[in-house]
Amino acid sequence: MSIQVWTWILVGITFTLYIGIAIWSRAGTTKEFYVAGGGVSPLANGLATAADWMSAASFISMAGLISFNGYDGSVYLMGWTGGYVLLALLLAPYLRKFGKFTVPDFIGDRYYSNVARSVSVFCALLVSFTYVAGQMRGVGLVFSRFLEVDINSGVIIGMIIVLFYAVLGGMKGITYTQVAQYCVLIFAFMVPAIFISIQMTGNPIPQLGFGGMDESGIYLLDKLDGLHKELGFAEYTSGSKSTLDVFFITAALMFGTAGLPHVIVRFFTVKRVSDARKSAGWALLLIAILYTTAPAIAVFSRTNLIETVSNKEYENLPDWFGNWEETGLIKFDDKNNDGKIQYVADATVNELFVDKDIMVLANPEIAGLPNWVIALVAAGGLAAALSTAAGLLLVISSSVSHDLIKKMINPNISDKGELVAARLASVVAVCVAGYFGINPPDFVAATVALAFGLAAASFFPAIILGIFSKRMNKEGAVSGMLIGILLMLFYMMKFKFDWFQGGTKEDWWFGISPEGFGTVAMITNFVVSIVVSRFTPPPPQEVIEIVENIRIPSGVNEVQEH
Amino acid sequence: MIDENQKKYWNKNLKYLVMLLGIWFLVSFVFGILLVDELNTIRLGGFKLGFWFAQQGAIYVFVILILIYIRLMNKLDKKFGYNHK
Repeated sequence: MSIQVWTWILVGITFTLYIGIAIWSRAGTTKEFYVAGGGVSPLANGLATAADWMSAASFISMAGLISFNGYDGSVYLMGWTGGYVLLALLLAPYLRKFGKFTVPDFIGDRYYSNVARSVSVFCALLVSFTYVAGQMRGVGLVFSRFLEVDINSGVIIGMIIVLFYAVLGGMKGITYTQVAQYCVLIFAFMVPAIFISIQMTGNPIPQLGFGGMDESGIYLLDKLDGLHKELGFAEYTSGSKSTLDVFFITAALMFGTAGLPHVIVRFFTVKRVSDARKSAGWALLLIAILYTTAPAIAVFSRTNLIETVSNKEYENLPDWFGNWEETGLIKFDDKNNDGKIQYVADATVNELFVDKDIMVLANPEIAGLPNWVIALVAAGGLAAALSTAAGLLLVISSSVSHDLIKKMINPNISDKGELVAARLASVVAVCVAGYFGINPPDFVAATVALAFGLAAASFFPAIILGIFSKRMNKEGAVSGMLIGILLMLFYMMKFKFDWFQGGTKEDWWFGISPEGFGTVAMITNFVVSIVVSRFTPPPPQEVIEIVENIRIPSGVNEVQEH
Repeated sequence: MIDENQKKYWNKNLKYLVMLLGIWFLVSFVFGILLVDELNTIRLGGFKLGFWFAQQGAIYVFVILILIYIRLMNKLDKKFGYNHK
């Protein structure tokens, strides 16, 4: 059977499964809609968190990024996993004990102010929208290559599916579809990795395989370093970013991970504080399977790519090259008209352009794996993109229906009315996300990576100080959050969108890239919060009692209906 | 107001956090980034050690850290009688 038939079959089966689960787990109350009723088991929550977390970026783009950046790609590996240590140790248990529905709920109550609540709603919407547009784009990409529908129809199909189970099922539907999506995506990621690892090194475990030898007895990594040197690229295992920048980017990704609202809310869905810790453990374990495999895939596909195309006759290249050329994601420009591909670091001589995003998707084809494996990767990419999109849409809709409408505009709204509002908000959110997926403004791609910087600069300090400092008051937290996020936005606009006179690499403050600047903005937030709070009145007694209460794990209330 | 018990529990918790986050910082920021060139002179099979920490080792340690934290806290909860619901 052809790749396309296989893809239709696998995508059809998985989509039917997701819709079936959504119908079975419809949400009937706001509590079910926001936190899945609060009774999810730690393992199920760990699975759902892992799927929620691993987006189109993790599944489709990350191994490609590492493949092209070598050691520099480590920032994503350490950043996107290390954040879970912070989540598990510093946030999840306490926020679960607090026991409300959303992150702005915590900020609003802990800082006894609707100003703080509004600021955090604004930050949550900003972070989530920038992130969700990238997911829709991922869905479109998979559809266009594997099912030969155009990118826009792909985005619309994806929208309809997400709309169906996010609107119907809320958090409850999302949780159980995410459990299924984790299984699909991890299977789809691991099968080709294991195949290729056996092919190239004879070792079925990719994590060990990429430290192994090829059939001629040369270590794979040494061989790749050699190839890179030959072609003029930076040595694979050393990279080219400055140590300082690598440090700051890694930190921004870690603290940003711990501050992302769609990840934090997942810990509101379990029963006890100890379950929140356990599910963080499960989540990281399940995520680590993919994250430790990705660098292996990066090495395999990089080596394969160079060996397949470098200095080869264009006429004799395998089929996959032409297939991907049609999507515009591979381009060949025979500058010296010798009919061969010169793939080198020097831009004036280089004749090959390969989009980083296709390395995972094209990898099984490059390695010549059977058609069903290639189709499986497509289904996995869709699972990753859809599961993350759904989690983000829930944050967007609950920010509107719960934090804005219920908590600020109309506190007397009935449970039923709030549920209707939540569903309407998610319909609008899906349409906006779809619009950005179809018409991606240039800044979407740039801002997805920066969503982490924004989360680190705004939420992380406010939540941490809210738990670990009884003295922290609303004046401190609000000014810290505002200055943190504005500083981050300013830096991002200046160096990414060329506003405020723009600037180049040479103008970066302290040599820190916009991706790493979240760390600076976060530190600024901490300093401003602490200084301001020392010059303003301490929080009222009942707030101090909230803090004392969340530090102790026992006496958890069921998540209140309200 | 908080009693002695709560205070002791919290201090112990903070002690665990400092210890575990110290290791977290060490394996990622120190081994994987700051000392990467020095560690790269040591080899672990086909891997340079610094590179291995940055792309593999740190992640394994992260998982272990959370597992240790879960164990420590479950024990602590029990000791202080906070393990009931």
